[in-house]
This record gives sequence, structure tokens and C-alpha cells, in this order.
Amino acid sequence: MEHQSLYQYLLTLGDNALILGQRLGELCGHGPSLETDIACTNIALDLLGQTRSCFQYASKQLDGKSEDDVAFLRKENEYTNVLLVEQPNNDFAFVITRQYFFDVYHLMLMEWLSANSADETVKAIANKAVKEARYHRRFSSDWMLRLGDGTQESHQRVLAAVEALWPYTQEFFVPSEAEAWAASAGIGPDLASFKAAYYNDVEALLEQATVPIPENPYFQKGGKQGRHTEHMGYLLADLQYMQRTYPNMTW
Amino acid sequence: MEKKNWPLWEVFVRSKNGLEHRHFGSLHAADATMALENARDVYTRRNEGVSIWVVESKHITASNPENHGELFEPAQDKVYRHPTFYDLPDEVKHM
Repeated sequence: MEHQSLYQYLLTLGDNALILGQRLGELCGHGPSLETDIACTNIALDLLGQTRSCFQYASKQLDGKSEDDVAFLRKENEYTNVLLVEQPNNDFAFVITRQYFFDVYHLMLMEWLSANSADETVKAIANKAVKEARYHRRFSSDWMLRLGDGTQESHQRVLAAVEALWPYTQEFFVPSEAEAWAASAGIGPDLASFKAAYYNDVEALLEQATVPIPENPYFQKGGKQGRHTEHMGYLLADLQYMQRTYPNMTW
Repeated sequence: MEKKNWPLWEVFVRSKNGLEHRHFGSLHAADATMALENARDVYTRRNEGVSIWVVESKHITASNPENHGELFEPAQDKVYRHPTFYDLPDEVKHM
């Protein structure tokens, strides 16, 4: 029972990194400039590394599963990532805004886990990830300011991205069953306690970037329970194609 | 839409403490902060460095290849100009 709960919690940690990493990986060779292309794919590789650490540990909780099974062979409704990270790369402003909204949360989470998690392996994974998360947040905040307070074109685009992605930000703070279990076991944080600090940080940066804070009172959720947006199926088709076509293939 | 290019920057990386910064390459960036971040991503993601300098390429004054003769081809018969008569102790590295 405890193994099953820990498995589910590790999926939650790993899936966010896996799916966002996959989205960023789509930019490989398609970034707006050589330098931003490399930066985004570097972040994708960091996230993939974090995913592997989570899934290697997760696969040990269930007999007979490998990290590849966990990553590639689940059905759509078994992925527990938040809806934000599966949203498509509409343009560079979307890529950066999605990244920034995630990074603020991700860094808070990794800092908490690396300092407080009662599970030594989770703590070690977070300890390695926290430096990366710090850099990611720095990168995406810098770009939020540049785009928001940049040209009229970049301002309009980031405004549209913030409006579109804002409704996906609250899902972080509504714990799933696995996250509630982790909080009660001292392995994970009480997510609701992050909420005020998260919105303080994000709203301060948006103000600096001259982007008004959206007034949308409706928030989307469901990703953590496996109810995904229409973009998820296409993403998984790309992600899973090789393993499904050539089962057990390795490089 | 007109595509504007960011200015070019030269990147110098110190690979470890005690060594000098060496020219690693160049990249495009809108300003110095972005140039540093781009340099970090493009050139130092595999533990290549401990310190980065960036300078906008236009600030570098370069020698003219046409003047190669008078600048770089000294007479080879003045052996006393070449300090080749000293034995270097093994402890002195990077000479």
C-alpha cells in the first residue's frame, strides 16, 4: 500500500518534468534563434534527467516494471502532470510564459523537498534538481521581462500567453490523493501553503514586465487525475511511438 | 516582417582556476546579460568552465591580415630573442 502511494507520488513529480521536457524538446532545431534553441533544449535535458531519477525510483516500488515502462507505456489517463505543462508551443511567448509559471512552482517544490522530505531518495533527487530549477527560473524570468517590457509585438504576444495560461496555474496547489498522502507522510509539502508566495512572486514579476494580472476567476484542473486537454494525446503519440512500435527497443 | 539580428558577442571561458580565459567562440545576444546566459548555455553546459567573459565583437580591434609580414614574420636568425636555453622545472605548468 505504501509502495503504491509512493509510486503515485513519484509519478506526479516525474510526469510534470517529462511532459514539459517533451514540449521543450519539440523546439530542438526550431527555436527562434540558435541560442534560445540551445537554452530550451538544455532545460529539456535537465527535466528529462529529473524524470529519470523519479521513474527509476518509482519503478522500484512496483515489481517487474522498468523506468521505460513507466515513461512510455502508460495510457493518457494514467499520466498525472498538471494541464499547464502539456499546453502547446504556440509561439516563443507561450513557451516562456508556460516555463515561468512552472519554474516558480517547481523551484519552491524542489527547495522544500531538498530541505524537508522524509524520504531520503526524494530528498537527494530534489537536491540535485534544485540548482537546475534555480537556473530555469532565472532564464524564464529574464525573458518574461524582456518580452513584456520589450517591443509592442512582444508585449502583445506575452499578454496573450499570460491570459491563455493563467487559468492553469491554480492546479499546482490543489493536492491529488498521492500528494495529500505524501504531505501526511512528511515526504512532500502541504501544497496549499505555497499558494500565497507563488502568486506574490508571479504578480510582482508581471507588474515589472508591465503585463496586467488576468482577472479570470475560472481555473482549470484535472491533469493530476488523468483528465487532460486535447493536446495531450498528440504529445503522447510522439513520445510513445518508438517504444510502442519497437517494444523494448534500446539505443 | 523585417528580421533584426542581435549584435555579435565574443565569448571567453576560464576552464579552471589558475588558467587564463580563452576564446571559445561567438554568439548573438541583445545585451551583456543575455550574452552571459547564452554563453553559459552554448559553451559551458558540460563542465567546461568556472568563469565567463563576454565582449561585444565590435569593441575588438583586430590586426589587418595585409600587414602580416611586418607584424608577424621577424627574422629567424636572432636566437637570443627566443628563450630556449633555460631548463624549466616540471612544477611549472602551462608555459
